[in-house]
Amino acid sequence: MPRKTLEIPRKIEWLSVLDHEGNLDKKLEPKIPAEDLRKLYKTMLNSRMFDERCFHMQRQGRIGTYGPTKGQEAASLGFAYAIGKDDWLVPSFRETAAMLWRGWEMDKILLWWAGNEAGASVAEGINDLPICVPVASQCQYGMGVAWGCKLRGKGQVCITFCGDGGTSEGDFHEAMNFAGVYQTPMVMVIQNNQWAISIPRESQTASQTIAQKAVAYGFDAFQVDGNDLLAVIVAAREAVEKARKGGGPTLIECITYRLGVHTTADDPKKYRSDDEVKEWEAKDPLPRLRDYLIKKGVLDEKGDQAVRDEIKAALDAATHKFEQYRHDQYEMFHHMFADMTPELQRQMAELKDYHEWKESGKKRQPSRVI
Amino acid sequence: MPQMTMVQALNLAMKEAMREDPNVMVMGEDVGQDEGVFRVTEGLLDEFGPDRCVDTPLAEAAIVGGAVGLCFMGFKPICEMQFDGFSMQAFHQTEGHVRRFRNRTRGRHTCPMVIRMPYGGGIRAIEHHSEAPEATYAHLAGLKVVLPSGPRNARALLRAAILDPDPVIFLEPKASYRAFREDVPETPETMEIGKAQIARTGKDVTLISYAATLRATLDAAEELEDEHDIDAEVIDVLSVAPLDSETINASIRKTGRAVVVHEAPRHCGVGAEIVARVVEESLLYLEAPIKRVTGFDTIIPFFANEMTYLPDAGRVIKATLETVRF
Ligand SMILES: Cc1ncc(C[n+]2csc(CCOP(=O)(O)OP(=O)(O)O)c2C)c(N)n1
Ligand SMILES: [Mg+2]
Repeated sequence: MPRKTLEIPRKIEWLSVLDHEGNLDKKLEPKIPAEDLRKLYKTMLNSRMFDERCFHMQRQGRIGTYGPTKGQEAASLGFAYAIGKDDWLVPSFRETAAMLWRGWEMDKILLWWAGNEAGASVAEGINDLPICVPVASQCQYGMGVAWGCKLRGKGQVCITFCGDGGTSEGDFHEAMNFAGVYQTPMVMVIQNNQWAISIPRESQTASQTIAQKAVAYGFDAFQVDGNDLLAVIVAAREAVEKARKGGGPTLIECITYRLGVHTTADDPKKYRSDDEVKEWEAKDPLPRLRDYLIKKGVLDEKGDQAVRDEIKAALDAATHKFEQYRHDQYEMFHHMFADMTPELQRQMAELKDYHEWKESGKKRQPSRVI
Repeated sequence: MPQMTMVQALNLAMKEAMREDPNVMVMGEDVGQDEGVFRVTEGLLDEFGPDRCVDTPLAEAAIVGGAVGLCFMGFKPICEMQFDGFSMQAFHQTEGHVRRFRNRTRGRHTCPMVIRMPYGGGIRAIEHHSEAPEATYAHLAGLKVVLPSGPRNARALLRAAILDPDPVIFLEPKASYRAFREDVPETPETMEIGKAQIARTGKDVTLISYAATLRATLDAAEELEDEHDIDAEVIDVLSVAPLDSETINASIRKTGRAVVVHEAPRHCGVGAEIVARVVEESLLYLEAPIKRVTGFDTIIPFFANEMTYLPDAGRVIKATLETVRF
C-alpha cells in the first residue's frame, strides 16, 4: 500500500581505462601480452587503412556506396579479442576491425561493398555472420545464436552489434527481452557513435543512456569509453566470462563517434558541425593505442612504420585479388534452394537463351510476320 | 512549364498539399534536417517546421503505426520509408491496421495516409535497397498501390494519393528519380488513381509496364518500330491496385498480342494478375500467348549482377518478336 521508490537491483557501470590524454588507470589496466598488443594495434591500423582505401575506391567507382568505420575501431575490435574461435560474432555494418581480427579477408569485404554475394560468405573456421543491412534485425538472430549456445551447453557465447539508431527498432527490444527471459549467453554491443545518419543520439531516445535499457529487460550493463580499447576489453572480458558461466546477457554501450560520413552518399555538413567532429578527432582510438604501446615500450617509431608497410602490401594484394574476381551471372539461381526448382531451371534457361540471342543479334535478319 | 526531375516533382506535390491543408504532415527517418536521403523532402522542415516535417527515431513500425493514430486525430500523414526493403519493418502495421481500420470500424475510423518509398533496383545500392514489393502490397485488400513512371505523373499521382480518403502505398522508382526531366505544370494537377495511360499508341502488340521498366519498354517499342516494323502500343499501368482492366483489355482487343514487363519477380507478380484479367475478358481476341518479361524468382542479386536481373529493352524486344511471330 505505501507509496515508495522501488529498488531495481541492476547495475550500470561506467568504464574508462585510458583516456584521450593518455592518462591510465593502472588498477583497471587489463593484462594483455605484448604480442597481442602489437597484433591489436596492427588490426586497428589495418582497419583504418582499409577504410581509407575503400573510401577512395568508392570515389573511383571501383566499389559502390561505402560506409566508413573511421573512429569506431576500438568499439568492435575489443570484443573480437575477448572471444574465441568457437564463439560467434554477429556484426551490423561498422565492425570491420572485429571482422579483420576474426579472419575475414579484405578482398572479401571489398567484394561485399562492390555488390557481390561472395563478400558475404563466411571464412572457414569461424562462426561469424556477414554484414547485416536492415538496422537492428541482426539483434534477433544474434539472440537466437546465443540461445542456441546455451542449449548446446558447450560454453559458447555470442556477441551481437547494433547502432544507437538501431536501439529504436522493435527488433532490438524484442531481442533484449528474449535474451533476458532465456538468460542467453549474449553480449549486446551498442556502438553509440552519436548519430544515426542525421539524427543525433538525443533525438533517438529520451533515455539518459542506452546502457540503462538493459535494466528494463532484467540484466546489467556497462557504458564504456568506446574509443578506449583497454576499457572495451575489460568490459568485454567480464561480460563474456559471465555469459560463459551461465550468468546471462550483458548490454555494453560503447561511447564512440562516427568521424566520417554515414556512407559515401551522405553529406554530414547538412546536420553536424565541423567543431564537433574536431572535438572527437582528439579522442581518436588509434593514436591513443599507439601512444600507449610506445609508452609501454611495445612499439617504437620504426616498428610502427614497418607495420604500416606490411599493411600497405597486404592491402595492395587484397585489392588486386578483389579485382581479379569474376562473377557468374547465373549464380543468382543457384542458391535459392537446396535443389533448384523446375521453374528456376526454366528461368535460368530463359536468361541464357536471351544472352545467346543477344550475341547472335547482329547476324539475325529481322522478318516481318504480321 | 518548368522542367523537373521526379525528385523535384514529388517535392512540389508535398509542398502544395502541405500549404493547402495544415493537417498534411511528413514523417520519416532523416526527412527533416537532412531533407531525405534522396532529398525528396527538401525545404519541408524550413517551411513547415518540426511538427509537420518530423525527423523520427529509427523505427518504421512506429512511423506507420503512429501515423494510423494521427489519422484518427484528423491528420493526413505522409510516411517516408527510407528504402523499399525497410517497409517490411512496418509490415504488420500496414497489414494489420492501415488497410483494415475502415472496414473494422465500419467506416468510423479511416487511414487517409500515404506510405511513400523509393522503389526498385538500378542504382548500385547495397542489399535490401532494391526491392520491388508492389505485388506484396497489392495483395493486401484495402490498400491502393501506385507507381509513377515520370516527373509529371509522379507529382499528379502523389497529390491524388495525399487527397485520397484511403491509404496509398506510393512506390517511387528510384532509378528514375533523376534520370530525366519533364515539363510539370505550374498549377497543381491530379490524376485519378486506378487509371492506366497509353504511353504510346500502336496497333500490332500491346506492351504493358510501369515504374522504371516503362522506359525500357518505350525504348523497345522504338526499336521494334525502327528495326522490325512492328507498331507497339505501350500502356503505363501507374496503379497496380486498383488495376485498370478496361484500358488494358481495350488495347489487347485491338492488337491481339501482349507482353507484360515488370522488374518484380514473376511468380504471383502483377503480370500474373494482368494476364488473368486478359484471359478472363479477352481470351478470344488473343492471337498469341501473352509473354511476361520480369525479374526472376530469385532474390535480386547484389548490385554487381543486378542489371542481369532487371528487364532491359532487349528482353522486351525478344519476347515481343516471339509473340508477334507466334
Ligand atoms: C530497418 C532499416 N531502416 C533504415 C535503414 C537505413 N539506414 C541505414 S543505416 C541507418 C542509420 C543507422 O544508425 P545507427 O543504428 O546509429 O548506426 P550507424 O549508422 O550510426 O552506425 C539508417 C536509417 C536500414 N538500413 N534499416
Ligand atoms: Mg549511430
